[in-house]
Amino acid sequence: MTELPSTLYDTPTVTGWLDDMVEPLITLIGDDPSTALIGIRRGGVDVGRYLLEKLTLASAPVNEELGELNIAFYRDDFSSVGLHPVVGASQVPFDVDNRHIVLIDDVLGTGRTVRAAMNEIFDYGRPARISLAVLVQRDGHELPIRADVTGQVMNVQSNQYIDLDASKMQVTVGQKA
Amino acid sequence: MSLPDPQFNAQGKLHHFIDIDSLDRELLTQILDTAEGFAGVGGRTVKKVPLLRGKTVANLFFENSTRTRTAFELAAKRLSADILNVDLVTSSTKKGESLLDTLHVLEALQCDMFIVRHGDSGAAHFIARHVSPGINIINGGDGQHSHPTQGMLDMFTIRRHKGDFANLCVVIIGDIRHSRVARSDISALVKLGAGEIRVVGPRTLIPADVESLGVTVFPTLDKALIGADVVMGLRLQKERMLSATVPSSSEFYRTYGLSPERLALAKPDALVMHPGPTNRGVEIAGSVADGAQSVILEQVTYGIAVRMAVMSIVMGNAESLRHSEAVT
Repeated sequence: MTELPSTLYDTPTVTGWLDDMVEPLITLIGDDPSTALIGIRRGGVDVGRYLLEKLTLASAPVNEELGELNIAFYRDDFSSVGLHPVVGASQVPFDVDNRHIVLIDDVLGTGRTVRAAMNEIFDYGRPARISLAVLVQRDGHELPIRADVTGQVMNVQSNQYIDLDASKMQVTVGQKA
Repeated sequence: MSLPDPQFNAQGKLHHFIDIDSLDRELLTQILDTAEGFAGVGGRTVKKVPLLRGKTVANLFFENSTRTRTAFELAAKRLSADILNVDLVTSSTKKGESLLDTLHVLEALQCDMFIVRHGDSGAAHFIARHVSPGINIINGGDGQHSHPTQGMLDMFTIRRHKGDFANLCVVIIGDIRHSRVARSDISALVKLGAGEIRVVGPRTLIPADVESLGVTVFPTLDKALIGADVVMGLRLQKERMLSATVPSSSEFYRTYGLSPERLALAKPDALVMHPGPTNRGVEIAGSVADGAQSVILEQVTYGIAVRMAVMSIVMGNAESLRHSEAVT
C-alpha cells in the first residue's frame, strides 16, 4: 500500500463532529429516563464526558453519572498478545438492569472492542437496550456491529490509524508503524 | 556460573512469579495497576471475567494453608480458569525424584499453571527450573524465603490508603528471621521507594544482616512506632516458642504486642496490617485487630485481585510468547 501523509483534524473540526452527534442522540434517547452513557476507556470516556455535558444542558433525560469501562479483561486477543495494559478500573456507578445504555467510543473499526464492552456490560446486569455512539466510524468491520450515532465517517486504508487526542480534541489519521 | 533468572521468558517478560527481589519497580507497579482493574469484579452481579477461560490451574500445596489456597482458588475462578486442588500435605511426596514425578503427572494432565506452597525455601524455584516451558509457576510461599503475592497484596492495601510510598514510614514487628512475608514486604517496599522501613522484634528473631536489605532495626517497639504510617504485625509461630527462641507468649505481648496504648504512638491515621492468622493477645490486641485503623480484612479481599493480576500477567506473557513462536 502507498505511503500516506498524516492528517490532523483540528479542535473546531472535531468539536463540530461531536456537536453534530447531540441532536441525533437526543432523538435516540427520546423521553426514556432510564438512559445512561457508558464510555470505553480511554477515548470513549472523553467523548462520553463531552456528550453528557451537552445532553444535560439540553435537558435530555440521561443519568447524570457516566459509566466507564476498561475492556482489557474481555478482549479476544489474549491468546495472541496477552494482557493489554490496564488503564484504570471499570466503574459503572448505576444499576444497568432495564436501562437504555448508550455505549460510547472514539473510533469504531473492527467492532471487537464494542463486542468486548457489551460482554462486560452484561456482567453488570441485563440492560433493556444498548445503543452505540462513536465519534468516528472507519472501514474494516469484522463483526455485525454498526453505530446508531456517528460524528464522522472516514474511509481510511487498513494500514492507517485514527487517534483522538482528547486533551485538545484533535484527531490524527496516520500511517501505522 | 550463575543460571539465568527463571522468572523471565525469552522475551524478557515475567513467566514465573517466585520472588520480588529481581523484579523492578515498573513491573511491581504494573501488577498493582492491573489489580486495581480487578478490584471491582467482586462487587458485580457476575463476579467473573472471561480472561483465562479454558485454562487449568493446579494448587500444589505441600504445606497447610487455608487462606492462601482459598484466595488463589477464588482468583482462578474469577478469571474463569478451572482449578484443581491437589492435597500433597498428607501424601508421601518429598523433594527430589518423587516431587518431579508428581509434577510430570500434573503436566500430563495438561495443567497450564501451578501455584506452589512448600515448607522448603527454594522449592518454587526448583519446580520452575524443572517444569515444561509452557507452564507458569506462582510461588504461594516457600519456607522462609518468599511469599510474593502476600507482599504485593500488602503493597496494594498500602497504596489504596496512602497513595504513594515515598514519604511513608513502615514498621514491621516480630519474627523477621523466619518470615517470608517480612522478606517479600521489605523487598517490595524498597523497590517502590518507601521513605523508611523499621523492624523491631526479639534479638533472636532479627537476622544479623537485616540492615543490608534497606531497613533500620529499632531497639524498642515504642521508639519504632513514633511517626509510623503503617504498622505490620507478623504471626509468631508456636514452634518458635517451643524452641525457646522467644519467651512465653505473655512475655512477647508485654514487649512486642501491638496494644491500643502503643498504637497511639503512631500517626493517628496509621494503618494496622497483619498477614494472618492473628494470635490475639500475642502479637496484637484483639481491640487493635478489630479497630478502626485495622485493614486486616481488606488485605484478604485485595489478595484476590492481586492474585488475579499476577496470574493473568504471567499467563498472558506465555500466550504471547507461544503466538510469536508459532508465527515465526
